[in-house]
Amino acid sequence: MRAALLIQRWYRQYVARLEMRRRCTWHIFQSIEYAGEQDQIKLYNFFGYLMDHFTPANRNLISHIFRENEICRDIEWERYFCYKNIEVPELYSGPHLSFPLTVSNVADLVEAFKNKQQLHTRYVLQLLLESWKLLRMLPNINQVSTCQTKEITICGDLHGHLEDLLLVFYKNGMPSVEKSYVFNGDFVDRGKDSIEILLILFAFMLLYPNNVHLNRGNHEDYIVNLRYGFTKEVLGKYRLHGKKILKLLQKIFSWLPLATVIDQKVLILHGGISDTTDLNIIAQADRHKYVSTLRPPKRRWVASGGNSTAGRHKVNGRMDNSLQRHCSLAYNSPLRSRYNFQSRSMQNFSSKVNLAVEEELKEQRRMAGLSQSYHDLRSSLSSDSDSDNYETYEDDSNEWKQVIIVDMLWSDPMPQDGCIPNEVRGGGCYWGPDVTEKVLRRHNLQLLIRSHECKQEGYEFCHNRKVLTIFSASNYYEVGSNRGAYIRLGPDLVPHFIQYQANRSTRELTLRQRYRGTFSLRALREQLFAHKSDLLYAFQDYDTDNTGWISLKHWATAVEAVLRLGLPWRVLRSQLVTTTQDGMLDYQGWLRELPITEPKTESLLETMYKQRSNLETIFRIIDSDHSGLISFEEFRQTWKLLSSHLKMEISDEAILDMAVSIDFNKDGSIDINEFMEAFRLVDRTMNLPSEPNHTKTDE
Amino acid sequence: MEEENKEAVISEIHRRIAEAFNVFDNESSKSVDVREVGTIIRSLGCFPSEAELHEMIAEVEEEEPTGYIRFEKFLPAMTKVLMERKFRPIPKDVLIQAFEVLDQEKKGYLEAEELKKYMTQEGEPFSQDEVEEMLSAALDNKENVIFYKDLVSKMTFEDL
Repeated sequence: MRAALLIQRWYRQYVARLEMRRRCTWHIFQSIEYAGEQDQIKLYNFFGYLMDHFTPANRNLISHIFRENEICRDIEWERYFCYKNIEVPELYSGPHLSFPLTVSNVADLVEAFKNKQQLHTRYVLQLLLESWKLLRMLPNINQVSTCQTKEITICGDLHGHLEDLLLVFYKNGMPSVEKSYVFNGDFVDRGKDSIEILLILFAFMLLYPNNVHLNRGNHEDYIVNLRYGFTKEVLGKYRLHGKKILKLLQKIFSWLPLATVIDQKVLILHGGISDTTDLNIIAQADRHKYVSTLRPPKRRWVASGGNSTAGRHKVNGRMDNSLQRHCSLAYNSPLRSRYNFQSRSMQNFSSKVNLAVEEELKEQRRMAGLSQSYHDLRSSLSSDSDSDNYETYEDDSNEWKQVIIVDMLWSDPMPQDGCIPNEVRGGGCYWGPDVTEKVLRRHNLQLLIRSHECKQEGYEFCHNRKVLTIFSASNYYEVGSNRGAYIRLGPDLVPHFIQYQANRSTRELTLRQRYRGTFSLRALREQLFAHKSDLLYAFQDYDTDNTGWISLKHWATAVEAVLRLGLPWRVLRSQLVTTTQDGMLDYQGWLRELPITEPKTESLLETMYKQRSNLETIFRIIDSDHSGLISFEEFRQTWKLLSSHLKMEISDEAILDMAVSIDFNKDGSIDINEFMEAFRLVDRTMNLPSEPNHTKTDE
Repeated sequence: MEEENKEAVISEIHRRIAEAFNVFDNESSKSVDVREVGTIIRSLGCFPSEAELHEMIAEVEEEEPTGYIRFEKFLPAMTKVLMERKFRPIPKDVLIQAFEVLDQEKKGYLEAEELKKYMTQEGEPFSQDEVEEMLSAALDNKENVIFYKDLVSKMTFEDL
């Protein structure tokens, strides 16, 4: 019957449109996530810049940022983290732990967290200390055998999603002598219960050291934590002792093993491999030296243009080739060449180092007798001060090991053969099926299990089923974005998958709500706003007659050229541009409509906004006592350095003006949270979930 | 001038098709799962029937069907569809008329069971999942019926 047919045709079209939006949402989140990680690396380039350009004037600030650890030896560390003086008050209603841990201790702990209780600082420190002691005895690579424990369960990224961990325990049973687990890194950041996940994992590890294995992820890194929420979470939940806990975790993370091998046949690690991966070398490395797997580039590397790594074929510097995978999302537009405004990006400062400045600096350093301490500054970043050998520029083998370790934690697989730097993430590499073949054969392995990338179904094979990605945080980007999964591996070493999805709300989402994609669009609008000036330049380039209008085709091309997110803009267009006339867009009007508050000093605020994540990270590093306050002078210096690094002219008055307009007049100190608050978007049309209420912490 | 314009139009169409295609091309292999082709075609603004869709898929499939459709074959076929404006959208009033045909008593709404019956028994029938999903979106919670005029407004994308 014709009427029915018509309705069916129409409805199926509607569903297809929604499905397309849903898939785009995925790409949006992923692009922005990786662009954020790129930013993190750029931040490190900035630190490198700082180190190269400090003068006596800003020396204090910089050495403040890269402070040497005051605490030197292990004994002193133990004393510093002593929990014995911390009393647990009678009123405390959370779980009590005794050491060595018992099964009921750990069961109580899990139950308590399920009920949103918090573990008392004393027990946290105790638990962490015991964990540290254990981790220090573990090798870099855990060797596990299925003959001891019949079946092994492998979990991927959890990222603070406690409900997912609890779901896994519910479906699969908790770790025990009968039930072995491997947790493949990225336990923290992004989700709101990172510390609880850590405590549970460590508790089980202490209870069943032969059955629970933890691999380090790229987020088990205090510098990454500053940006992605773990630091904030701990400081919020443990106001008195948070910084101590964080400092202890800093060391603990560096002691996490790097990989696990099952039956000498299955290799499990967080990121992946590269053409230089050699398990024998890895086994011998001093893994705890790499407190953060991200470091400012060494002088040598800086000269060769950024984060390329010593000894590897450097990709030509042109982004096109290495962004292959990233850009495959977008049609390869011929407009790959850079606009002038791109020079404002943080990428190529290294090539512009002014010779005169160099000379000046050398002179200054020599006069101030600084050459020794400059050296010390660098080495204190990478090694614990309790080790005897400082890293030197010439210490090739250490650098080499670091490259290998960074690759293990940051790399991603790609469909094409070869091995190229991972410019999207800014760390590690992209490796191809040929590299998989090579490395697996080199070590007589049959399967590589890794995590690091969110997959819609929670897991995904690639490279002829030789590489398996497992991701255990469901609803990672937003509710409904993806399922989580875990693997069960028996003696036959054939992986079995179990998928799940934690429900954030019990209500069934209707069709439209599920596919609304509001959060991703908001994130995208934020990105657009952050690049407003650049977008205007790009649009004006197309508007040669200065009419104020451009075609939608030009809109799409310009937006991609500026944002470089590799997104399908023509597909997204209808959601981002709602008012057009005959296929033309009033671009200034559109830019004005991007929903943000009216800034006073537009370009300055816009730049700050774009840099806000970097700024926040820098602030938190400066605010080493985690008081939430930095001095106005520190702020000014930081901003000056950052803006000169970005090649922007900022006058002192401009900074002062802005400070006034954001109301910083609190005895010359700036409350970081207030400052960041100024950049928080308030979109009144959406009901945002409120911040989770932390019950008054028992400290 | 005519030729230039035509070329510009075609190249823009090519870009639109490529973007939509790439959203589903996960491995950057320049091919997509055949089951996603319908979504791609529809997202480009076309309203094919299932039969028309299958016809088109048959056109772009490999000689020996692999379950994947390659961009190479998809692009020219899809370009033709867009240039010729095949599978045009259904105007709102025509759609409402279609509902009115089903609503024999001219009540202005349809009962859930009524709609379900038509959708699963007539035309190119919906699967159970499809009809459940449609009902969950279409049903007015308070009155438990489908006000189809509102539904048509709600489920129309005004952009292409």
